[in-house]
Amino acid sequence: MSEVEPHSDCNCESHGGEPVVCFEGVSFRYARSPIIEDADFDIYKGESVCIVGPNGGGKSTLLKLMLGLLKPELGSVHLLGKSPKKARSRVGYVPQHIDFDPLFPVSALDVVLMGCLNRRSFGFRSRADLDLAMDSLNKMGLAAKAKEPFASLSGGQRQATLIARALAAKAEVLLLDEPTAHVDVAAEERLMASLKELDENLTLVTVSHDLAFVSRSVPKVICVNRCVHVHPTKELTNARIRELYGYEVSMVQHDHEHLDSHGGHHHG
Amino acid sequence: MTEFFQALLDPDLVFLRNALFLGLIGSLPLGAVGTFVVARRVSYLAAAIAHSVLGGIGFALYSRQVLGWSWMHPMLGALLAAVLSAGLIGWVSLRAKQREDAVIGSIWVTGMAIGLLFIARTPGYVDPMAYLFGDILLVTSSDLWIAGGVGALIAGILLIWHRQIVAVCFDAEFAAIRGVRAEWIYLLLLLLTALTVVILVSLVGIVLVIALLTLPPAIAALRARSLGGMLVAAIVMNFLFVFVGLGVSFSLDIPTGPTIILIAAAVYLVLNGVCRIFTR
Repeated sequence: MSEVEPHSDCNCESHGGEPVVCFEGVSFRYARSPIIEDADFDIYKGESVCIVGPNGGGKSTLLKLMLGLLKPELGSVHLLGKSPKKARSRVGYVPQHIDFDPLFPVSALDVVLMGCLNRRSFGFRSRADLDLAMDSLNKMGLAAKAKEPFASLSGGQRQATLIARALAAKAEVLLLDEPTAHVDVAAEERLMASLKELDENLTLVTVSHDLAFVSRSVPKVICVNRCVHVHPTKELTNARIRELYGYEVSMVQHDHEHLDSHGGHHHG
Repeated sequence: MTEFFQALLDPDLVFLRNALFLGLIGSLPLGAVGTFVVARRVSYLAAAIAHSVLGGIGFALYSRQVLGWSWMHPMLGALLAAVLSAGLIGWVSLRAKQREDAVIGSIWVTGMAIGLLFIARTPGYVDPMAYLFGDILLVTSSDLWIAGGVGALIAGILLIWHRQIVAVCFDAEFAAIRGVRAEWIYLLLLLLTALTVVILVSLVGIVLVIALLTLPPAIAALRARSLGGMLVAAIVMNFLFVFVGLGVSFSLDIPTGPTIILIAAAVYLVLNGVCRIFTR
């Protein structure tokens, strides 16, 4: 991590340690609807952090800002000390879902091999890439499915393949957007535990809308509903959630959106 | 068909051998690029590029006759128009916020209209039908050289960039995060499509070349488990369709382009039906 450059517009050093993600006064809006307002937070190396909030509250937007897929209207985002566009190849991103074409003939292994790509990947894949991809599939328990068409896998297996693809990128940071939308909470916890076992220096940022999962699995929570607040999980009480979100939130134990007293969410 | 094989050896029927060689040369880029076009579902963009090529052909014919540019081969004009329209269509498809299909449709017809106007203003009789639907007598040995050069260029680009193209076709967002220049790779695919459609324009014409670009990969996709397998099967089928179509059209004395396309379409429909019955 010696290549991390200090950046003047961020007071990360006051926290100690090396910031992996640094948001400074970030605001973002779609059309005229504000999605994120004045977000200030840091995520440090090796941390496991969960981003929670109601549907349309801006959770996925926050991840896309980290990756430089969206540009903040105000403020700045730093990833591994650089601009997100420059550093994002060191990040493994697992999207909530991919709009893939079920008729596109690729195997699970082909998909994972895409994680080994960069802009200088010319010609045929190397033996090292193949070994890395197989190793990543193996870590996710999918080695036996390597040659299976991606479209024929179950929802959970597809998700695991996408995580293997992110692992094949030799990522220092894993960003997982609702990584287990297709499986139950127990599987989500097992996944988080096994990812941390793979590499304890790995920084894990997970989006989840299941607060029951959060309370048991991660030490730090980022609450997002336009405004962004960071709290240790043990301080995340019902009353705190109500206060942070600005209005009543009913917690649910499974994968449904949190209901609130306001209507009219923005989808972000 | 025996007389077709004899005719292939007949020294007087050079055009027939030229047509077969062109089909052979064209099979590789058509099958390979067609696989990506079908997998990425951009056949509509490929059709727009192919049709707008008439603008370039019309301009080439006009400039040879009226401006005295004897070096301006119709295929060269086609190539320039194809590359220009691929760039324009790619830009629209990446940047247009709405009504992408309408804008691309207008590029399609503008190219054709320009071509028809140039042809109308070219002295002597030029039959636009020959360029729209192909004419086996149009295939010259210089076509073979141009097709060979363009085919080699396409093969070289694919050998270098195929992994990035596959990644962008499957999931452009992830490829971009990995550092791949996703938008440039998408434009590269459209450029390859433009180069490919030009190769077989004289044999099957700009309207029918799209069928040869998309039908063999679509047939291959019915059973293919990998993109590589789909690509090889599409190349082989492409050549078989040209070969059989040429033979049938020669034996029955009917136009070659439509014969090739009808055979390809019939095989697609039959195999599609068979696959549906067996996978039920």
